[in-house]
Amino acid sequence: MTMQAFSWSRWVAIIVKEFIQLKRDRLTFGMIIGIPVLQLILFGYAINADPKRLPTAVLAADAGPYSRSLLAAMQTSGYFRIERHAQSEAEMDELLAHGRVQFAVTIPENFGRKLVRGERPALLLEADASDPAAIGNAIAALGQLANTALARDLQGPLAELAPRAPPFDVRIHRRYNPEGVTAYNIVPGLIGTILTMTMVLMTGLAMTRERERGTFENLLSTPALPIEVMTGKIMPYILIGLIQVTLILAAALLLFEVPMQGNPLLLYLVVSLFIAANLSLGITFSSIARNQLQAMQMTFFFFLPSILLSGFMFPFRGMPEWAQWLGSVLPLTHFLLLVRGIMLKGNTALDLLPHLWPIVLFMVVVIGIGLALYRRTLD
Amino acid sequence: MNDYAIDVQGLNKSFGSKHVVKDFSLQVRRGEIYGFLGPNGSGKTTSIRMLCGLLKPDSGSGTCLGYDVVRETAAIKREVGYMTQRFSLWEDLTIRENLDFVARMYGMTDRKAAVPAALEQLGLTERRDQLAGALSGGWKQRLALAACMLHRPRLLLLDEPTAGVDPQARRDFWEEIHALAAGGISVLVSTHYMDEAERCHRLAYIAYGSLLATGTPDEIMHRVSLSTWAVSGPPAPLAQLAPKLHGLPAIAHVTAFGSTLHVTGEDEAALERALAPFRADPQLTWRRAEPTLEDVFIHLMPKANGAPQ
Repeated sequence: MTMQAFSWSRWVAIIVKEFIQLKRDRLTFGMIIGIPVLQLILFGYAINADPKRLPTAVLAADAGPYSRSLLAAMQTSGYFRIERHAQSEAEMDELLAHGRVQFAVTIPENFGRKLVRGERPALLLEADASDPAAIGNAIAALGQLANTALARDLQGPLAELAPRAPPFDVRIHRRYNPEGVTAYNIVPGLIGTILTMTMVLMTGLAMTRERERGTFENLLSTPALPIEVMTGKIMPYILIGLIQVTLILAAALLLFEVPMQGNPLLLYLVVSLFIAANLSLGITFSSIARNQLQAMQMTFFFFLPSILLSGFMFPFRGMPEWAQWLGSVLPLTHFLLLVRGIMLKGNTALDLLPHLWPIVLFMVVVIGIGLALYRRTLD
Repeated sequence: MNDYAIDVQGLNKSFGSKHVVKDFSLQVRRGEIYGFLGPNGSGKTTSIRMLCGLLKPDSGSGTCLGYDVVRETAAIKREVGYMTQRFSLWEDLTIRENLDFVARMYGMTDRKAAVPAALEQLGLTERRDQLAGALSGGWKQRLALAACMLHRPRLLLLDEPTAGVDPQARRDFWEEIHALAAGGISVLVSTHYMDEAERCHRLAYIAYGSLLATGTPDEIMHRVSLSTWAVSGPPAPLAQLAPKLHGLPAIAHVTAFGSTLHVTGEDEAALERALAPFRADPQLTWRRAEPTLEDVFIHLMPKANGAPQ
């Protein structure tokens, strides 16, 4: 085998060519800029993990002052919006079954009288639990309510019915995101998902497009080396990835007021590593895929678990151990922790190390596979 | 170093269970225009790709411009110009950008002068900023040739360069090929056109992966001793005659050319005996004709398939 040196001028020529082609492909170019902006605004404003003002129906067989106090307390908690006053149990069932309300509250007959007698009457809360995430916070709030709602009513001779304070205090500090703003969680996560999708897809397509159009044969018949072609083709996308990140970050800080506790330069370094990992995967996919459609399918095969198992959509620690193990292979899992660590917690480079090396390892393995599979010939 | 631009022996290539090229041997002298003929799917493109290092032969050995075809493909790529069968330049780059890119790939130091010169020679200076994809078939072909000539290769491998190109453009193209060969460049060109075959110094005929005949056009013509009669006359009797001739054992094939039928057979005497009964028809005129290259190739083809004569 005659050895040939890496040629910078060939490498630059490939980068220039790639940029010209990208510039002429208006739709793709528009998508690259449009996707992050659109997804950010859509998801940033739309997704809320702490739903409030949920529609509630009430069947009040006792209209006494205690019932009224309870219902008023539920409304002021912000989680319940009493929309219906039902007349029968059957009507309550129907409202729940048809999904018109999320909750149905039944206050039994003689609720007030039994309460005063110390008989501990039962208040029934029926919830539509077909979407568990939607009701979790509201139910927790109701438990809290039971302790405080009647505090004002149970005074004087009734004071002994009031709930007694526990012998100790529980103090909760919600750190890094005290108000539980969903956007603080979603927006940094979007950097990762958008990069995963566009970087893997774009590079996958860039290589298979050459093969599909027959231009790959021309490229192969020139003295260009595989490493020049592979790295030359991904360089423009690194730049595009950085532009995407800058757009998202600008919006995160300006529109969603996500805090930036850590070092922005460190964030960009982490982002660059993540981009490189995704690009190497895209290139490897394109070495396996025969055409653009296959490259696209592979991208989505990778993209779905990246979204679902990485902790972007669902809590990572909520998954069984084997799924967490699987999720740990994905670069996005680590990247999410890194970005949230830098932006929300102000982590330093040293704090980040445990989640940096898995991304590096992923990249090394993927590049190794890609170089082994790159077809220097048309075989 | 030998006198051959291409000198390969016993190249084989299979894709899966399909044996596409069988024991392919070829010798092309320097400065020679070598025609490469054969039906579709006969292994021409695969053979050419093995010669320029795009495919690795399963077995066999040889040299291209003195470089080993298996081990020294990088050196071969630098000195060979390969024109693919399908247009393979970038349609979303302009003409100039395409040439510029190719020049950079070959590390041409005089790129800034060579690209405008090539554009000038092509007559495309005015249209240099048009996208290559917007060119017509003939212009695409000229651009592709200019691109594979740009780095001044010593050997050109042209895979059906004139397919779908009008006669004038084909003629210009061959003028240029001859000029290049006169300058010492060797050319291996695959084609389906017999008139182009006749313009080559030497020919190779391949069918179903096997090389059937090589030599100058003259040698190939005389290798197979064919004799041909041309019969002409009004359309009706000719149309009646053709099916009667087809089945006769002494007749290899019958080809219609307008108002003339070419009847070809291997054995001259047997052919004359077979035709004797039909020559009485006063409406028809019979005369001896020279068999054409096409007659020879059509005659060669079924043999490779193992089909009965």
